[in-house]
Amino acid sequence: MNIIVCIKQVPETTEVKINPQTNTLIREGVKSIINPFDMYAIEEAVRLKEKLGAKTTVITMGPPQAESALREALSMGIDEAILISDRAFAGSDTWVTSYVLASAIKKMGNFDLILCGKQASDGDTAQVGPGISAHLDIPQVTYVKKIEDIHDNSIRVERMLEEGYEIIESPLPVLLTVVKEINEPRLPSFKGMMRAKQAKILLWSQKELNLDPQKVGLYGSPTQVIKIFSPPSRKGGKILRGEAQEVVNQLVDLLREELT
Amino acid sequence: MEYLLSDEQKMLQELSRKIAEERIRPVAAKYDANEEFPWEIMNILAQSDLFGIFIPQEYGGTSGGVLDLCIVTEELSRACGGIAVCYAASALGTFPIILFGNEQQKRRYLPDLAAGKKLAAFGLTEPEAGSDASAIKTTARRESNYYVLNGTKHFITNGGEADIYVIVAITDKTKGARGASAFIVEKGTRGFSFGKKEDKLGIRASSTRELIFDECRVPAENMLSKEGMGFIITMKTFDMSRPGVAAQAVGIAQGALDLAIKYAKERQQFGKSISSFQGIQWMLADMATQIEAARSLVYSVARMIDAGYKDVAKDSAMAKLFASDTAMRVTIDAVQIFGGYGYMRDYPIEKYMRDAKITQIYEGTNQIQRNIIALQLIKEMVK
Repeated sequence: MNIIVCIKQVPETTEVKINPQTNTLIREGVKSIINPFDMYAIEEAVRLKEKLGAKTTVITMGPPQAESALREALSMGIDEAILISDRAFAGSDTWVTSYVLASAIKKMGNFDLILCGKQASDGDTAQVGPGISAHLDIPQVTYVKKIEDIHDNSIRVERMLEEGYEIIESPLPVLLTVVKEINEPRLPSFKGMMRAKQAKILLWSQKELNLDPQKVGLYGSPTQVIKIFSPPSRKGGKILRGEAQEVVNQLVDLLREELT
Repeated sequence: MEYLLSDEQKMLQELSRKIAEERIRPVAAKYDANEEFPWEIMNILAQSDLFGIFIPQEYGGTSGGVLDLCIVTEELSRACGGIAVCYAASALGTFPIILFGNEQQKRRYLPDLAAGKKLAAFGLTEPEAGSDASAIKTTARRESNYYVLNGTKHFITNGGEADIYVIVAITDKTKGARGASAFIVEKGTRGFSFGKKEDKLGIRASSTRELIFDECRVPAENMLSKEGMGFIITMKTFDMSRPGVAAQAVGIAQGALDLAIKYAKERQQFGKSISSFQGIQWMLADMATQIEAARSLVYSVARMIDAGYKDVAKDSAMAKLFASDTAMRVTIDAVQIFGGYGYMRDYPIEKYMRDAKITQIYEGTNQIQRNIIALQLIKEMVK
């Protein structure tokens, strides 16, 4: 069984800062981590490997420094890692990103299961996982909270809904996006970290993937980001104290002032 | 400070800090209050390969040294000195096997200890034999292929929880200190049971318990080295393990300083943060300086041991003495900076002060450390 885990390196913060000139994330001074939801995908892959015996591969598309995210995945027990990186991929939207990742997965050849986190903590789109399955023309199940069973080329999973869950069976290969309820990711091990440090990480660029330059990067992306901005923070409120009648009058006056 | 650690040591530091922050800190108060053994954390440390870092590779470890052990112990102690000592005490029980075990003993015991499947403990102290270790009364009498142990050890860290015990007992009363021998005794051996579990001031997550030997038959092949080597094994073991206690003290002190700085910045009095007062600033500066000095001493001694220097008794004693006295001073000052809140159990700082105290007492009281240092100074002068 071959399992592929798709991960993204993200800034370690929920308060993303944006450069208003370039409309891009400010990454300086913010530590990079593996997208927290992808940690569950990694853990699930390692658990399946331990249970069923599988070859696990982690892939990411990103700048060269995303290599550290791959090494962290290796330290948790993933077997191999591929970094998909090229200047030509810069500015790719979710359509292009899923196209490039799907192309890389095709190049890898045999696969039975693709695991992704349900969404990235920076972009929050939840589009890349489903996008990969569309480009590969394979089934997808999103928001998976449990893998119940895998046998005879078929998988049964529990898919989280707002109230309860549904049980879905799918043929393999399939792409799953997972939620945090699925497991508790392990910490890396020291031996795993030492192995990860020495592991060779494959680097695939546009050339290796043989992609049409018109279809990747900012140019190939149908999404056009016109403007990104942080919503203005709420100003502190005002508390009026005193007798009800007096306060009501004050309030009415203040509201009148606001309107004029 | 830059400590010039190797890449592997930096990885160990990062890994153990992560475990301390994410897994230990949130549960430290719970284990302190319940005085419950932290198996959940021991399992995490085992899965992360941390029990094997000072054990040779051929026995399942990663062949690091005393400095590696110090780095991990320090990081764990920053979050909880009690949980850290459960880890460090297993190393204390493992060192005699690494240092004096024969091939068969090493093959039999080290792989499980390296994997953290089993914990170890070291049993020397008795009710009448603390600083005066030569006063131990537990005996081991030879009977064909066995030694029969009788006596009681007390204050044994990891007692009851560990599976592998190294026990020092008298094999020849007529020879005094040269009449002691060391044995590996497995939990479950007939005649080996556990007595009173102590209710302690600090390091309450750890188990401190009595070991009772009543006609306990231990196979003769479980003797470490040979008869009469008991105290030499003990002294050499302590030389290796004292930097670990010192590292525990450094970690407790650093953890207390971290909290004190954070609190001093947050706490407002007289209309400003108390960290803006020189009185507080100078305390913080002194605490930090003392910790750095202690850490440098500990790391230096650990490096000496790892480089193969054998004559480290004095240096090892100095590291333990200085670091533990530092931990006590720093944690008292940290409580002072917290003021009234510092005295309350709702805040985490008083635990650091309670945990620090033991580092001045165990693995040789600081008075015994001074004896070791002074004796060596005088010996060196005679040369």
